[in-house]
Amino acid sequence: MTTFQSTLDRLRTIKPLWWQLGLVIVAILLPLPLSDYYRSVLWRTGLYVMLGLSLNIIVGYAGLFQLGHAAFYAIGAYTAGLLNLHFGVPILWTMPICVVVAGLFGFLLTRPIIHLRGDYLCIVTIAFGEVVRLALVNNIFGITGGANGLSGIDRPSIFGFELRAPIYHYYLMLIFLVITIVGIQRLQNSRLGRAWMYVREDQVAAEAMGIDTTRVKLLAFVIGSAWAGLMGSLYAGKITVISPDLGKFLESVVMFCIVVLGGTGSIPGAFVGTLGMVTLPELSRPLKAWRDAWLGLAMVVMMILRPEGLWPSRRIRLELESEREEAAASAVTSTGA
Amino acid sequence: MQFIQQLINGVTIGAFYSLVALGYTMVYGVLKLINFAHGDLFMWGAYLGLTGLNVAVALLGGPSVWALVPVIIVVLLTVALAGVLVERVAYRPLRSAGRLAPVISALGVAFILESLARNIYGASWKTYPPGFSVSGGITIPPGVRISTMQIIVLVISFLLMGGLYLFVQRTRIGTAMRAVSLDHDVSRLMGIDVNRIIVIVFLIGPGLGGVAGMIVGLYYGSFDFTLGWVFGLKAFIAAILGGIGNIPGAMLGGMILGITETLGAGYLSPQWKDVIAYLLLIVILIFRPTGLLGERVAEKV
Repeated sequence: MTTFQSTLDRLRTIKPLWWQLGLVIVAILLPLPLSDYYRSVLWRTGLYVMLGLSLNIIVGYAGLFQLGHAAFYAIGAYTAGLLNLHFGVPILWTMPICVVVAGLFGFLLTRPIIHLRGDYLCIVTIAFGEVVRLALVNNIFGITGGANGLSGIDRPSIFGFELRAPIYHYYLMLIFLVITIVGIQRLQNSRLGRAWMYVREDQVAAEAMGIDTTRVKLLAFVIGSAWAGLMGSLYAGKITVISPDLGKFLESVVMFCIVVLGGTGSIPGAFVGTLGMVTLPELSRPLKAWRDAWLGLAMVVMMILRPEGLWPSRRIRLELESEREEAAASAVTSTGA
Repeated sequence: MQFIQQLINGVTIGAFYSLVALGYTMVYGVLKLINFAHGDLFMWGAYLGLTGLNVAVALLGGPSVWALVPVIIVVLLTVALAGVLVERVAYRPLRSAGRLAPVISALGVAFILESLARNIYGASWKTYPPGFSVSGGITIPPGVRISTMQIIVLVISFLLMGGLYLFVQRTRIGTAMRAVSLDHDVSRLMGIDVNRIIVIVFLIGPGLGGVAGMIVGLYYGSFDFTLGWVFGLKAFIAAILGGIGNIPGAMLGGMILGITETLGAGYLSPQWKDVIAYLLLIVILIFRPTGLLGERVAEKV
């Protein structure tokens, strides 16, 4: 019996790994029968999944409103572009620098405002996003190329082999996607991850338990921003042209919606959210004129039908259910009174 | 003298920001929701005003200043009803769904409103029919000029804001509104119909926003569908500057923002005027985390 039990336990622990391996194999095979256009769409999907996951650290785990995430994406892209154009640094080598620079900006920009609550934090992040975008548009220090941005950035090359076709970029993206997901899973269950969720649930109680809330919240911003910066360099390497539009508010909104529409704090949620916010709108280009209207309508309807997101993490779903029961109970008492 | 001139221009723009900020702040007061659709409702005020004036020109065979009054009233009512509809359809079902879901719903409504405007009116710049903007003005001796249009804008704005302030402070409905913004449950116990108050807020806020949209259209003469986003964000910043949920705060915030922006554009650099406005917001929030007139909220344990 005990051996049976232990095999069962072992199966339980192994099973998700097999699942994940299966998914990776599917992801490797997926682009092969597709045309270059669809391969690019897949690449874009993966990029936004990672952007969603990086924002998820801030919004989903730490529970902080961040509506200026695209600024860090743009900072990453410009760091890669400038280093490559002016100093000839190969794109792949700029990646760690992008991570550091975007993380540093994340620290510098959020450090003075980390004490703000909820909606006040939200508006300041919007303001920062706009400041970054306008600084790029206004050609700050005369190096960002103004509204046109930068062009002629090198593609990444590995041992002299230049990644040109979309499929190579897809596989490069896939490597980072796997790293991201594994990293985020590890982070989620780490001491830091648990501290984030504690802060999200009850900041005062978390502080009473000895969690340095300022430090923990800052770390969420720094890690999330740094990862968004890396995505910027991936983008710069494939598209080779970057403009301040990367940091515009709409991009931040899309990332925010990916997180919430999919389900805050949920990794599969980021995939579902990206499908809804990026992939389907991209594939429905023929409907272009009315695309935003449909997207908006879908956002409203989805939130009414499933306010916890399409694929919520279990913890958040349970929480919302209990909250709603409480609300229902208080409504009953108030009508009775 | 240039300074006083800039100040007057700043106050005019500040008046627009204040009018729109009132809509944000009132909704936030009763629902604790950032109504991202408000900027687009305001933009619809500008578009509806355009259609209204074009219809008036067609009916009367030419522009007449008297046509402005019925058009403004129609715009006010239409945008107010749209605001109520938005609340009923997109926000009410989400009252008990946490903080994030209504924000997404509000962004969704903003997408819909903007897309509708772009598809119906086109993406190009729209110009108000000529003949409605009042020309002329007065020049105060050492060379400061106030246009008649600015005077009209300021008079209308201050009348609306003063009226709203008295309404909220002196009437029964206003008192109920303030009660609802403090606590829904207790308000209900005191016999206040909370849903009715929320509907009234959604009549007044977007209604004022719609009128502001039309006045902006008349003042600047032309605009496009990004108006809602550009003005909406600024107005929202004004509301936060003053302390969101606080009505005099929204008026103060709008004025400060308008004046800072104009002075920044005049003395520093017009390219960086938006950045100056955002940095002002950030600096003020660093030192006063709940805005200039916002109350300090103690965290409940």
